[in-house]
Amino acid sequence: MRAFRYHRPRDIAEAVAVVAAEPDATYLGGGTNLVDLMKLGVARPGLLVDVTRLPLDTIGTLPDGGLRIGATVRNSDLAADLTVRRDFPMLARALLAGASGQLRNMATVGGNLLQRTRCLYFQDVTKPCNKREPGAGCAAREGQHRDLAILGTSDACVATHPSDLAVALAALDAVVEVQEPAGPRDIPLAELLRLPGDEPDRETTMVRGGLVTAVRVPPLPYARVSTYRKARDRASFAFAAGSVAAAVGLDDGTVRDVRLAFGAVAHRPWRAYVAEDALRGQPATPESFGRAADAELAAAQPLRDNGFKVPLVRNLTVATLTDLVDSHRRAAAWVP
Amino acid sequence: MGTLTRAVGQAHARLDGPDKVRGAARYSVEYPVENVAYAWPVPSTVVKGRITRVDTRAALAEPGVLAVLSYENAPRLTPAGDPELFVLQEPAVAYRGQIVALAVAGSLEAAREAAGLVRLEYDTWPHDTVLTENHPGLYQPSHVNPSLPTDTEIGNFDAGYAAAPVRVDATYRTPAEHNNPMEPHASTVQWQGDRLVVHDANQGPGQVQAGLATLFGLPPERVRVITEHVGGGFGCKTMRCCVVLAALAARHVDRPVRLALTRQQMFGVVGYRTPTIQRIRLGADPTGRLTASCHDAISQSSMLKEFAEQTAVYGRPLYAAPHRRTTHRLARLDVPSPAWMRAPGQCPGSFAVESAMDELAVTCGVDPVELRIRNEPATDPEEGTPYSSRNLVACLREGAHRFGWADRDRTPAVRRAGRCLLGTGVAGSIYPARSLVSSASAYAGPDGAFLVQINAVDIGTGARTALWQIAADELGVPPDRVMIRVGDTGLPEASLAGGSTGTASWGWAVAKVCREIRVQIDDVHGGSVPAGGVHAQVDTTADIQAQQTFSRYAFGAQFAEVRVDVDTGEVRVDRLLGVFAAGRIVNALTARSQLIGGMTMGMSMALLEEGLWDPRSGDWANHDLATYHVAGCADIEQIEAYWLDEDDPHLNPAGVKGIGEIGIVGTAAAITNAVYHATGVRVRDLPVRLDRLLGHRA
Ligand SMILES: Cc1cc2nc3c(=O)[nH]c(=O)nc-3n(C[C@H](O)[C@H](O)[C@H](O)COP(=O)(O)OP(=O)(O)OC[C@H]3O[C@@H](n4cnc5c(N)ncnc54)[C@H](O)[C@@H]3O)c2cc1C
Ligand code: SF4
Repeated sequence: MRAFRYHRPRDIAEAVAVVAAEPDATYLGGGTNLVDLMKLGVARPGLLVDVTRLPLDTIGTLPDGGLRIGATVRNSDLAADLTVRRDFPMLARALLAGASGQLRNMATVGGNLLQRTRCLYFQDVTKPCNKREPGAGCAAREGQHRDLAILGTSDACVATHPSDLAVALAALDAVVEVQEPAGPRDIPLAELLRLPGDEPDRETTMVRGGLVTAVRVPPLPYARVSTYRKARDRASFAFAAGSVAAAVGLDDGTVRDVRLAFGAVAHRPWRAYVAEDALRGQPATPESFGRAADAELAAAQPLRDNGFKVPLVRNLTVATLTDLVDSHRRAAAWVP
Repeated sequence: MGTLTRAVGQAHARLDGPDKVRGAARYSVEYPVENVAYAWPVPSTVVKGRITRVDTRAALAEPGVLAVLSYENAPRLTPAGDPELFVLQEPAVAYRGQIVALAVAGSLEAAREAAGLVRLEYDTWPHDTVLTENHPGLYQPSHVNPSLPTDTEIGNFDAGYAAAPVRVDATYRTPAEHNNPMEPHASTVQWQGDRLVVHDANQGPGQVQAGLATLFGLPPERVRVITEHVGGGFGCKTMRCCVVLAALAARHVDRPVRLALTRQQMFGVVGYRTPTIQRIRLGADPTGRLTASCHDAISQSSMLKEFAEQTAVYGRPLYAAPHRRTTHRLARLDVPSPAWMRAPGQCPGSFAVESAMDELAVTCGVDPVELRIRNEPATDPEEGTPYSSRNLVACLREGAHRFGWADRDRTPAVRRAGRCLLGTGVAGSIYPARSLVSSASAYAGPDGAFLVQINAVDIGTGARTALWQIAADELGVPPDRVMIRVGDTGLPEASLAGGSTGTASWGWAVAKVCREIRVQIDDVHGGSVPAGGVHAQVDTTADIQAQQTFSRYAFGAQFAEVRVDVDTGEVRVDRLLGVFAAGRIVNALTARSQLIGGMTMGMSMALLEEGLWDPRSGDWANHDLATYHVAGCADIEQIEAYWLDEDDPHLNPAGVKGIGEIGIVGTAAAITNAVYHATGVRVRDLPVRLDRLLGHRA
């Protein structure tokens, strides 16, 4: 393991200045991903700038009813927040579906969004990987790739983004506040993380030294009935084989508006815009849900061993939206 | 003393429990040692080849680095039988992950960094790493593990099968599985002059002592191996290269050395359960009575050594059939050496046989519990010998009763709860009951305290507690007057912890020595211990040689209830219930832990565990616990283990059959049989995995 220095910045400006000035400096959140990768030799920073003491650890309500979540809020605290649980249950469920209690106690929001792929070859420095070493080749495409992407892949890389939280945030149109060396900037979450293209080593649209300071979640009243469903072989402590974050707004039996995002299918959380467009104004039935999912998944390009993700995500979509429609009905029928 | 409660049979908490809970129990790399250095192995990154150059300049330039060992400069060893122990002696590479160099430094981090800086150049050759049923290299080994006949035939299988009115012919596959005990292989080694003192995590300190003595050309008495606590073994902690590497490093740098393998390294060098391909053919009459059975098993071994998993021995003593055959074929590939994993042979074999029995039950329209009862033999169907005791039928009946099997509807894929299909399944289970030679000593003090010593090893099973209970009863004193010491080669020699033989073998020596002490106190010293105390030492060689011929086995029946999500194919186990007949149960608490632990591991095998092989790189693609999944608490709703009171006089003085492994035998089949009952889909390749059920929607 490479020897490294550790620095605890006084404020955000100093943090960004230090990382921008040192080419091998990097931010340290809870360290649950970064420290593992350092032990494996995948990440070899010379300087760690610990952001967890910066004043970014609060969850606030915005005047418009939305949320502002500090970048160093721990995953456990966010999942337990009463406003989150009441107004955006899909967020709490996505968090609780991820990792384990111990990890969630350490993991920060910023670190969760910027965690690296779990592709088996990315994590093994003895195997070729374009993301780790541009031009080296991709061992996963012909190798073991059951967990990898079916949408938005490139010849260079078929990795997935592993976060559950990010999928829910993508569905909720979250905006990421970043501090870059040139100043602060807002980036829609769906644009923060890139598709691999020819440069799978470039994962975000931030400039080097960019620090995530907060995530804003705009208000979405119908998300009070929303959920996150994750399929996996092991009942807990496993990354998704496929997942869906969903909220649906109904007018009688018709879909007024819908939010849908898929996890474990692409290099970033996959906001299902095609399916959403196909659903608006349609009857809220399993048939329309299935058709919309098919429309979204028509672009899927499965690999040898991950074709199952197409029916998996389709089924998850139909089952999840159908459950939400039932929940709305039960809520409407509920008389205190 | 007549009113003394017997300690055997009581649910005593483990003697080592409080220390473990408080963190006071020391594991092998936790002993404080002054001036200790750290070693970090370098695994080969080629599959088949020869090292042509070892460049250690960058590694040695790293601050704090003491040395880099390779075949070029490592101290010379004398071969000790197992080629896996003959490390850093030759430039040849037999598989990817084999240890080819070792960095040693004053800190763990520096050693790790230096290991990554060692540059090795190789000549390489094409490799062949994938086991198939028609692999051209398949051959018939001279015997299978541990020393059993490779093939057997009774009657005429081909004729019997051809004549059978009902037939099942199916091929089952199990993937490579990795033992993954919590504690990795770990050693602290000190050379004290020409003596070697070793703290090592293993399943047989005596085996490690003998191995090190041979490798380093020392008389065994100059090697002391201390193994106080071990964080699990499951078979992979019979002697491995880790302790040899640490001893080489300690000799080379002339300092004490610690070495703990990483999880990633373990996948390469500590052994794994071979993948198996098993064809089962069953011939029966329309009522399900077997007339012919054949089990053909294929497995792999490495180029370094022959390790022939005894997969097809599972059915040899189990179900009656006049015409029967078993065969084993092996392919030697450019892969890491497979090794022992919990219930070797029996565990993968049971998956195939107990699945095929379920398929036969479906074909005949017979209840699968009843089918097994119909095929109960009177004597061992291959050996012709009587069973010392055989309670498979009793286990099946008791299990069926407790599980609520009676009004089970056999139709598959008809029970629903919400978006899930429900099903139940059953499997039989058998595991050999053996005793191995051991010795033990005991000392009675004039103060009324007793000390019993044996170089047994407690790998977390509760073995020392069981021996302590046996000793107290044989001495006829309350257990708090007895102290037991295990896990040190300074103590009387004993067999290793494997094959579920521990309590049966060590308990024999302990019982014998305690009886001897009792005789001396009562008959020689008139009932009281003299001022100098009383000492005795025994071994069980003659007793074990004098054993009569019996087929000695533990039996069990496993029941499972599963739920399969029709949308996702996810399988969740709502209930597992096992009933076992395993002789006398010494400690109800630790026995239950062993049994439900085995069952949990069997469930893990059914649903999750899979070493993913990457043929292009000739290596495991997954090699940590985030990507090699073992079951966790959330994976099971309810798990129950029961046992029958079994008083078998033909075993050993403690009357035990061993319970370390039977719990994993049959579990996977009970679960896949339940998956069939739930969905109508017969999964013959493990693990079940959601993608294997997706697309089969009801
Ligand atoms: C065994 C295991 C299982 C897991 N299972 C799941 C799962 O099922 N679902 C899931 O979603 N996650 C899972 N995780 C991942 C876990 O959620 C992440 O490791 C965690 O969220 C990362 O947060 P952290 O604060 O520890 O990040 P760190 O490890 O500290 O950092 C991760 C990356 O983000 C960068 N970074 C951190 N904070 C900032 C910031 N404010 N601005 C800019 N860059 C920053 C770091 O430089 C680093 O590159 C699992 C992890 C493990 C080890
Ligand atoms: S899929 Fe991406 S991360 Fe995985 S090996 Fe290929 S390039 Fe690397």
